[in-house]
Amino acid sequence: MDKRLSARDAVAQIEDGMTVGIGGWGPRRKPMALVREILRSDVKDLTVVAYGGADVGMLCAAGKVKKLVFAFVSLDFIPLEPYFRQARQSGSIEVMEIDEGMMLLGLRAAAWGLPFIPTEVGLGTDVINQNPDIKLIDSPYDDKEWVAMPALNLDVSLIHVDRADFRGVCQIAGPDHYLDDWFARAAKTTIVSCDELVDTSFFADPARAREVFWERAATSAIVEIPGGAHPSSCSPLYGFDVAHFKAYTASAKDGGIAGYLEKYLGADEAEYQRNVGGLDAIRAIALPTY
Amino acid sequence: MSTAATDYTLAELCIVAAAEAFRHDGEVLATGIGVVPRLAASLAMKTFNPDLMMTDSEAFMLSEPNPLGKRPADFQQANESWMGFSRIFDNVWSGKRHAMLGPTQIDRFGQTNTSALGGTYQQPKVMMLGARGFPGNSICHANSFFVPGHNTRVFMDGECDFVSSIGYNPARLPRGRSLDDVDIRRVVTNLCVMDFGGPEHQIRLLSLHPGVTLEEVQENTGYPIAVPSDVPTTPAPTAEQLAIIAGLDPHNQRAAQIADNPPGIRA
Repeated sequence: MDKRLSARDAVAQIEDGMTVGIGGWGPRRKPMALVREILRSDVKDLTVVAYGGADVGMLCAAGKVKKLVFAFVSLDFIPLEPYFRQARQSGSIEVMEIDEGMMLLGLRAAAWGLPFIPTEVGLGTDVINQNPDIKLIDSPYDDKEWVAMPALNLDVSLIHVDRADFRGVCQIAGPDHYLDDWFARAAKTTIVSCDELVDTSFFADPARAREVFWERAATSAIVEIPGGAHPSSCSPLYGFDVAHFKAYTASAKDGGIAGYLEKYLGADEAEYQRNVGGLDAIRAIALPTY
Repeated sequence: MSTAATDYTLAELCIVAAAEAFRHDGEVLATGIGVVPRLAASLAMKTFNPDLMMTDSEAFMLSEPNPLGKRPADFQQANESWMGFSRIFDNVWSGKRHAMLGPTQIDRFGQTNTSALGGTYQQPKVMMLGARGFPGNSICHANSFFVPGHNTRVFMDGECDFVSSIGYNPARLPRGRSLDDVDIRRVVTNLCVMDFGGPEHQIRLLSLHPGVTLEEVQENTGYPIAVPSDVPTTPAPTAEQLAIIAGLDPHNQRAAQIADNPPGIRA
């Protein structure tokens, strides 16, 4: 089965009101080119589930988000994501604020077809008090109360990987695949952008096969977009673009998202990459040191 | 034997005081978020608790802590295992971890806030990071706090605007559990060292940094502190500890952690 699609056709599967999961973590390996395609589309009223970075900030600022399911939204070296802050401080989005691990459990429950997974995480805190939809339950095995973390069922997941073949076998060569495998499994439709499209024989090497974290049946569409994680990182291919994130953050105080998008977004990814200096410049961005 | 240094910064004093939080932990993952907590955990691992585990803040466990910041091109970190984010949760939920972090608010129950200040929940006045992993950390394993600016905005009157982590608040105690299940260890600030070992888990003074008075600590804390009859001075770093800290922090990032980088002994 050939799962290759253009970014536009892949993202056209997202309908108003859908729940969309976004892989990556903060400023790291975000499917930003797919997010930009959403920004170019008319789709709206999304529920977004993410370990958030600029993906969340941009979608909030562009008015695409009705509800956000989050544990944090951060650019790490810039701790506070500027447009996420604006969205919260203007009261313009609904939120379900949960613990990072609760999000993992919600994705697992969705992946496994369970209504919830019990956990002690969240007890005694405002992630329970502020979320009346998250129920506390009795255990059949002890006398304690537990959090019933509900399944986070996703209509669509967006993920960026290093390499993939046309059937949807995806390689993440960087140090961490984050929770992307669970985003892939929790969604009805999983759209994956890749920095490089490779022949299936690429995965014959067992070391490369071990860098595949979900089966191809969990991948619905493959979009080849070299540099598609920019301005987030796709280690080891490129780091995150510190200068770009600084300009993005500054734009929140001067010009707003309209000014940022006017300057960078373009009509398609080729134009975006010209606006940020080209693919070679993206691939030359050094990896961060922690 | 080691000798106490006389020339050290307040940040270095705090690193050494914070390292003590990890002394008796045994074999747990020590997670220090921020420069002072990370140096504290690293110092503990390199000196009195070599059983500690540590990550590279990305995806590998290290048998030897990494120095902070940019490292020489030929530097090779001492990996001992993969430890991606998904596996961090397996560790958190097992309880074999001690995290040291710097929340924006810490109330009298030891509850903390990392998420939002003021306004309403639907429209906070100041949005911060979000709850992050604090709910899970606080109920699953030991936690300590570092506060570089001890004042009544951090140690505030009343309850946190948003409770990110469970503390010793009887009104929020989950059914079937005990307040003793909550494990808050040390609170290290630019003024003193505290814990929640007072009567009914009240915050308690453990030591005052050189030149700091009890009155100054109480004035800058929005709720009463339990004060033992004998409150020692926070021990000075040794020359050996200062040398190890300097090796772990070659770019002197510690100098930027407390306002004006004051000396450890007040002038």
